[in-house]
Amino acid sequence: MNRVAIDPITRIEGHLRVEIQVEDGVIREARCSGALYRGLEQILVGRHPLDAQKITQRICGVCPLAHSTAASLCLDDALGLTPPRNGQLLRNLIYGANFLHNHILHFYHLALPDYLSSWALPGALSPGTDEDRRFFREESQELAEHYLKALEMRRKAQELVALFGGKMPHDMSIVPGGVTYRPTLGEVAAFRFRLKEIAGFIEGTYIPDILLLAERYHDHFQLGRVGKLLTFGCFPLDEGRLFPAGAIFDGEFVPFDPGEIREGFAHSWYSGDGPQPPWEEEAAPDLDKAGAYSWIKSPRYRGEPCEVGPAARAAVGLQVGSPEFQSLAQDLLREANASPAALSSVMGRHLARGIEALFLARAMERWLSELNLFAPVAVEYKIPEESGGQGLVDAPRGALGHWIRISGKIIARYQVIAPTTWNASPRDGEGKPGPIEQALQGTVVSGDGTLEAGRIVRSFDPCLACAIQ
Amino acid sequence: MRGEARTVVWFQAAGCTGCSVSLMNAAYPDIKNLLLDELVPGKSIALKFHSTLMGPTGRPALEVLERVPEEEAGEYVLVVEGAIPTASEGRYGTVGDVPIAERTVALARKALAVLAFGSCASYGGIPAGAPNPAGCVGIGELLRREGIEVPVVNVPGCPPHSRWFVETVVTLLVRGLPGPEDLDDAGRLRSVYSGLIHEHCPRRPDFDVARFAPYFGERGCLYELGCRGPFTDAACPEHAWNDSVNWCIRAGHPCIGCTEPDFPDRFSPFFRKLSLEEEKASYRGAR
Repeated sequence: MNRVAIDPITRIEGHLRVEIQVEDGVIREARCSGALYRGLEQILVGRHPLDAQKITQRICGVCPLAHSTAASLCLDDALGLTPPRNGQLLRNLIYGANFLHNHILHFYHLALPDYLSSWALPGALSPGTDEDRRFFREESQELAEHYLKALEMRRKAQELVALFGGKMPHDMSIVPGGVTYRPTLGEVAAFRFRLKEIAGFIEGTYIPDILLLAERYHDHFQLGRVGKLLTFGCFPLDEGRLFPAGAIFDGEFVPFDPGEIREGFAHSWYSGDGPQPPWEEEAAPDLDKAGAYSWIKSPRYRGEPCEVGPAARAAVGLQVGSPEFQSLAQDLLREANASPAALSSVMGRHLARGIEALFLARAMERWLSELNLFAPVAVEYKIPEESGGQGLVDAPRGALGHWIRISGKIIARYQVIAPTTWNASPRDGEGKPGPIEQALQGTVVSGDGTLEAGRIVRSFDPCLACAIQ
Repeated sequence: MRGEARTVVWFQAAGCTGCSVSLMNAAYPDIKNLLLDELVPGKSIALKFHSTLMGPTGRPALEVLERVPEEEAGEYVLVVEGAIPTASEGRYGTVGDVPIAERTVALARKALAVLAFGSCASYGGIPAGAPNPAGCVGIGELLRREGIEVPVVNVPGCPPHSRWFVETVVTLLVRGLPGPEDLDDAGRLRSVYSGLIHEHCPRRPDFDVARFAPYFGERGCLYELGCRGPFTDAACPEHAWNDSVNWCIRAGHPCIGCTEPDFPDRFSPFFRKLSLEEEKASYRGAR
């Protein structure tokens, strides 16, 4: 039995340690450890409820809009606010831009170096290994050029956020009740032209590159699979969410019920074991807890560890999504010669990101045309003496929940369960491994397992700052 | 082709990677230029470690972190992103099973200079907000406690603008290490943090005639809604954000003072107008 600790896992957000035990060329056991605790939920207690929207964004600088959106939905709920349609559209446009940024960054800059030859990228960017490389030289060269082009595309996606959101990272304009900014016609035009350029890149470069990767590494549709998927859905409008909520348990669709979420911490550095409902959770750090190996807790849905993220959104969308989404997803799955059941895999996750990036970019063009620059963008708020609320929305990496309790007009309790809390969770009280641990276990490896583990872990796009806060 | 290359080690501590993302949002020079090209004639930077962008992972990555202080002692610039958790012997944060605090000290001790990028690295920032559960401090405070005398330049902001990184790094490349006269009382280059937001704010004429916005997004000065522009040193009004397309106050949102020491606690709650007494206490000269 060969034990390998991979720490730091680079090309992800934050501090993740993964330990694998390899026997006869197979990963027999895997453990994910989140290695940093800041305690932002504790920092929020006693503060003004509106500060939550500014502070929770700073959980994560890669997907701050996810927390910005979840916190605003949470406060809308607690304060009894319904943003006007313009406010909803602007929020979705700002958040959508963050999604596009995230997926382009993830594919080209975080995941792709695992497949490029060591000579293709310069200096510290080079993966430094040529194990299992399957591209022709010219293809590697072209993909490396796309890597550089994608740096520019992701920057322009950030500029989309700033155009309506003030700045990025950490947008300013999303607030409970709507947004603070009504863009000018010129800014809408500036948004539209950048969006067109990014949408063109997604359709003309990003999707073909995913399909090329899927062709050369078709076996990766079998690599790193998980059985149960969950999504809260995202991009809310009065008529519903662009990506609907739901769960897939071993191929079967299960309607989403937020009352079924529990969070345990049997193997995490907090006193007690849980599981508890997130809206009344109590967990204080305990550095010396026996049997604990992570700062990440173990959220479960109907008692099950669930993969969250693009594969879950695509799988649910294929069952209950719009006809337009279903037809796009089916087309691209067919082109990649893969079945919907293969979405929960290393390659399935990359493909699902591409599908939704394209679908989202097209939806954003529609939302942009719907904006009425002369109608209100927000409703005014009033802080209640006592209240509670929840904000559930998918982040680029998956299901994100914020829960607030307001007492005496200040925050009495704030709870966050982020996508990577689900995906990188440690074993729960019943000994069930978290989704990434499941995806790693049983994998056949060629060397010490670092290459395969890296590819599997990165396909989830982990964000550790979100997972632990 | 790249001339003399100054090694840079970018170490992430207790942060959110927002500062790295902000750097990647640089327009001219952009991140490609920063990574691949001469920044000024004959001089460039060689980024040898950056956890988000680097190719190697696990042990080979860790080896870079351990090799540079040995092989290039006194020659490299350490950029720190995020605060340093110091409570319970630093066990709230580890990299390669070693506390972040211990690794930061080892990296800083042999560095030519330390650049604290962001408010967390500069002063503790968000994770140091009360009750500061992990005992987070800025790199300057950590080095004072350890008795390490390496020059530290703070580039605060949550996150800081990419341009402030470029301004600071180019200044270091061209002029060398800053003297005490180049830094303000918050450890920032005076040439980069050169005035209060309020002094250059496009809504200043509204303030001067007491035309205050009644709600977010409305016309008028945002002071009554809690704007901290009068107490915050930053070049946001001049530079604007993300290729200058927008910035906080232009987007109808009050400044929350994210470049100031003791952010967020000094200004939280953010959406509350300060009383006259608080205003007086908030002026930097008064502290």
